[in-house]
Amino acid sequence: MTPAVIAQIEPIATPEIEWFAVSPLLVLVGGALVLLTAAALARSRPPRGFYALFTVVTAALAVACSALLWQRVTDPGRGPFTAIGGAITIDGFSVFFAVTITAAIALGALLADDYLRREGLDGPELYVLMLLSGTGGVVMAMANDLIVVFLGLETLSIALYVMAGLHLRRLESQESAIKYFVLGSFSSAFLLYGIALVYGATGSTNFGAIAGFLSGNVLASNGLLLAGFALLLVGLGFKVAAVPFHVWTPDVYQGAPTPVTAFMASASKAAGFAALLRVFVSTFDVYRLDWRPLMWGLAVLSLLVGSFLAVVQSDVKRMLAYSSISHAGFILVGAEAASDRGIAGALFYLLAYTFMVVGSFGVATLVGGRGDADHGLSAYRGLSRRRPLLALAFTVLLLAQAGVPLTSGFLAKFYVIGAAVEADSYALALIAMLSAVVAAFVYLRITVAMYMGDETEGAEAVTRPAVRVPPGAALALGVAVAFTIVVGILPSPVVDFARDAVPVLLSAP
Amino acid sequence: MLSAVWLIPALPLAGFLILLAAGRKLGEPAAGWLATAMVTGSFVAGLVTFAGLLGEDEHHRQFVFTVFEWLPSGSFSVDVGFLVDPLSMAMVLFVTGVGALIHLYSIGYMHGDPRFHTFFLYLNLFAFSMLMLVLGDNLLITFLGWEGVGACSYLLVSFWFERNSAAVAGKKAFVTNRVGDWGFMVAIFLTFASLGTLTYAGEEGFLENAGALPEATALGIALLLFVGAAGKSAQLPLYVWLPDAMEGPTPVSALIHAATMVTAGVYLMARVNPLLDAAPAALTVISVMGAATALFAATCAVAQRDIKKVLAYSTVSQLGYMFLAIGVGAYVAAIFHMITHAFFKALLFLGAGSVIHGLHDEQDMRRMGGLRKLMPITAGTFIVGWLAIAGIPPFSGFWSKDEILAAAWDSNRLLWLVGVITALLTAYYMSRQVFLVFFGPPRWQEAHAGATSEEALAEPEHEPAAAQAAPATPHESPPTMTVPLVVLAVLAAGGGLLNLPGVLTLEHFLEPVFEDRLHELDIPAGILLSLAAVTGVGVVIGILAARAIYLRSTQPADRFEPELLRRAWGFDQALAGFFGGPGRAFANFTSRVLDGRGIDGAVNGIATLVRGGGSRLRLTQTGYVRNYALFMGGGAVLLLAFFLLRTGVA
Amino acid sequence: MLVNQFLVLGAVLFSIGVYGVLARRNGVLVLMSIELILNAVNINLVALGALQGASGAVTGQVFALFVITIAAAEVGVGLAIVLLIYRNRASVDLDEVDLMKG
Repeated sequence: MTPAVIAQIEPIATPEIEWFAVSPLLVLVGGALVLLTAAALARSRPPRGFYALFTVVTAALAVACSALLWQRVTDPGRGPFTAIGGAITIDGFSVFFAVTITAAIALGALLADDYLRREGLDGPELYVLMLLSGTGGVVMAMANDLIVVFLGLETLSIALYVMAGLHLRRLESQESAIKYFVLGSFSSAFLLYGIALVYGATGSTNFGAIAGFLSGNVLASNGLLLAGFALLLVGLGFKVAAVPFHVWTPDVYQGAPTPVTAFMASASKAAGFAALLRVFVSTFDVYRLDWRPLMWGLAVLSLLVGSFLAVVQSDVKRMLAYSSISHAGFILVGAEAASDRGIAGALFYLLAYTFMVVGSFGVATLVGGRGDADHGLSAYRGLSRRRPLLALAFTVLLLAQAGVPLTSGFLAKFYVIGAAVEADSYALALIAMLSAVVAAFVYLRITVAMYMGDETEGAEAVTRPAVRVPPGAALALGVAVAFTIVVGILPSPVVDFARDAVPVLLSAP
Repeated sequence: MLSAVWLIPALPLAGFLILLAAGRKLGEPAAGWLATAMVTGSFVAGLVTFAGLLGEDEHHRQFVFTVFEWLPSGSFSVDVGFLVDPLSMAMVLFVTGVGALIHLYSIGYMHGDPRFHTFFLYLNLFAFSMLMLVLGDNLLITFLGWEGVGACSYLLVSFWFERNSAAVAGKKAFVTNRVGDWGFMVAIFLTFASLGTLTYAGEEGFLENAGALPEATALGIALLLFVGAAGKSAQLPLYVWLPDAMEGPTPVSALIHAATMVTAGVYLMARVNPLLDAAPAALTVISVMGAATALFAATCAVAQRDIKKVLAYSTVSQLGYMFLAIGVGAYVAAIFHMITHAFFKALLFLGAGSVIHGLHDEQDMRRMGGLRKLMPITAGTFIVGWLAIAGIPPFSGFWSKDEILAAAWDSNRLLWLVGVITALLTAYYMSRQVFLVFFGPPRWQEAHAGATSEEALAEPEHEPAAAQAAPATPHESPPTMTVPLVVLAVLAAGGGLLNLPGVLTLEHFLEPVFEDRLHELDIPAGILLSLAAVTGVGVVIGILAARAIYLRSTQPADRFEPELLRRAWGFDQALAGFFGGPGRAFANFTSRVLDGRGIDGAVNGIATLVRGGGSRLRLTQTGYVRNYALFMGGGAVLLLAFFLLRTGVA
Repeated sequence: MLVNQFLVLGAVLFSIGVYGVLARRNGVLVLMSIELILNAVNINLVALGALQGASGAVTGQVFALFVITIAAAEVGVGLAIVLLIYRNRASVDLDEVDLMKG
């Protein structure tokens, strides 16, 4: 073709793409692709820790882009906006989750660095998958359209399936991958069916259009719509590990490589809640009377089942998995309130939880030792004597999960329960507090094992290989602990961040 | 001078941080001295603040020192701040004062322990938490301290975690306190929901506005707070953890389980007195529970053989007195008794610790006796403590107990009668203890000879190796231990001066806190005197009974014959008849059966329920993907069914 | 044709797929059952899209294309995982994969 021919072609209407709006996504995807390509082309192995460093730098760039976006959306003159033909919304909510998920990526990469070398799995794959998976999570949070939610969810999940099975030779890791895959795709099929039904009932997949339709029309027979709600809740409930869609959680968390578990428990749950909050609390607001009882049921079941089952476990990763189910219950308490305060509480909880859970699984990564198999409670006995600082860090994180005052965990629980009380959900608030009491036993058990480990086990302790604390993981743990304590004492910046991040409903232009 | 208040909690916190960073390097005894200096420093800071408070006008003695805004939350915010008023200062002074003495004592007591510095680290953390509890200017800060002291108590009770019983006791303390904490938490949220604030003081504060609450709400909050207080202050039915907590080192029992932490519940009740005023029914509940606990624990104390267990039940009983006082509106009497009790009970515990120390970790009173010649300082000070708790004038316990009983008389005669009977029992069991330990023939030598064959009722406190060492002659303890004993003895003897009409009146000082809610006694002087006389007669009967049983029955000639032990038991049986209902048999019944299976069972029952429920639920987690998918499918069907039924109904 | 006919067909396919996931032990067959569910969704999407057709939007049809693409990616990963299991166990029976439970 000659240039003249090209010049003759008529211009067509394409949606205007505001590149700035998607800059965090571009940075993450771009980083992943560059890393993959560079690793494939490089002749020699890169210096130790290069991949992790690259990932952290990419994450930092993404956070910087998010900060710029934040400035724009909080600027009263400009405010939130939609981009790419109304497919995504850029508001405080999107930016909040972009930051949360990116933080999980950075911390996960730091944990993975030494882990991969220790297990003989070194390579760029995990980092690339983590960046891509995180991108999917951010897409879910930015989505302004059910199709985009689904795309984000699948990007997040497919990468996670692979990550779960990354420890190729460990049977548990394979098992974790297949279980996660089968149940994950099963649940996203439900989600998809739900989307189709909602689309059928409202005639649109765009959030703004759906909300406009729902508030403007009274449906004579809303069976299609409500069935859609139910199926959407199945898919999203699976992602956030809410009972009864939690069954995969303990097995997958236990079997997956521990840094992957850390990422999964933080980023994937955050993304799931981002979609849940935006779809139900924000978009289906008109139908709150219909879905609130369901949210109530899921919250109660998650709170109770999570904490009760955590008590009877003997594997620390499994305990943390069940406790993450109970945390999901707490966040659902915030969602159930269906108010701005509830959402802000849930967001605060998610950010605090991200650091707590990454830190906790980070400790498990180190204690697990070579082979990533040493996760029984007995591995933690006497840890305070072998690694006092590590034990102290873990204690802080566990206390925060238990909701002890002056940690971020306490405030997180305080805000969601406060929102529930304000929304007159007294029973739910009571149950939440009750489950906090029960769950405290779990954290206590681990703490006790670390500090009161039997001296008589000295013989075994000698044979146990020393727990190594590599610098990358130490940094990640330090950040997690520092965040937990500092936010526990001076929460105002994070509280303001969460309060300004309540989702905004925008129609396509 | 008032702004020195921040130093009060800051110093122990600094001590804790220093010990955390460099405790191992400091080692023994520097770590102990550092911790002691920090608590002493905070006592001095307390004195300075106190002086500042006295300088203010009498009715404006309320000062809030805000450190920083903690929780912003829309229109409502919670600060980290300290409330300086007569009530908190009275608490601060005795907590830091007694605390400093116990820190000093611990230097001697913990000598040679491999985790010496850790012990002081916990002690300083405890002091910090307790001061936050007392000084906090809102319910959340109080709760923060509340959790903190609970955690420290747990850590310190199971300090010698190598011993299984210590670990179990720590766990029990934890479980019971969680029940109480739950009540506290719910109360906080209820307060917040109904008043929109958690701050005590000020126009907007919740104490100012508590009167405006509907009575049902006020009652709910008050009762929930009482559940919390009952957990922390070991009231029926949540007292079970306290006797077991004696597994901890003795200075811990003195500091936490006698003088300070267990009084937190009483403090909380006094702090929220306007709320209680708005819910009279709550006051009734509190007074009845307090009286019941006082009597119940006193009967249990009668049956104990472990020197520390007697004191533990006695503490529960005395705390019951304080709640009784709160319940009848005698707030000042409650605080007064709390302070004198801190003096004499800390003294008694430390004395008991000195005895245990001198006898190389012997805790069974049947293997003591005649120690007053060998341990003159310990014995002398212990006797002062005994006279104080028994209520012999002019020792401190007499004044405070008398005030409570007078207030009880004015409110309800039955409560008064229970109080008097408890006073009698108190005199009896404390005399029994003194006679068994310090008087009569020495039984420790033979006991050591036959220690291995005899039933080991009390486990040795330190390492087992120490207990098996050759029986040495009991010796007086080192000065670091005896100096605090002497100081506390002076306080226990003269503590009554704090509220002696016309001298230094605590009542006058505390009045602005309670205002017109304070119960005014309306009893003629003559009746007051006769009431005191009746109590006095009861006390004398108690002491004489103990003397008859424990000094006469153990004649030197037949000491340590098993038949003699049995005969002593026989006396106890006769005693049961003498006392009628609440006698030895009942005491045995309550302390063994009820304590052992009933209430304990409830605590264990909760744990069993959780475990059992967890184990059942576990069965759903089969490990098969197909079953998981079925589970999720079932969940989906449930959700769909919910909506379909909903639309069907609509 | 009536839109309900398509919806019923979709529901039937969906149910068959769910049954397959619940009842089949063979990993590959489970994957195929999941594909069946996704195709049931596609039928729904296209039918419902046609129902909205008057307004000119083709959201449903486009969405179906997305679903097909993603299903392909998903099944690729799924087969790889099944293959991994097969290599280690010489079996694709999912009921044998039960190391972790409780």
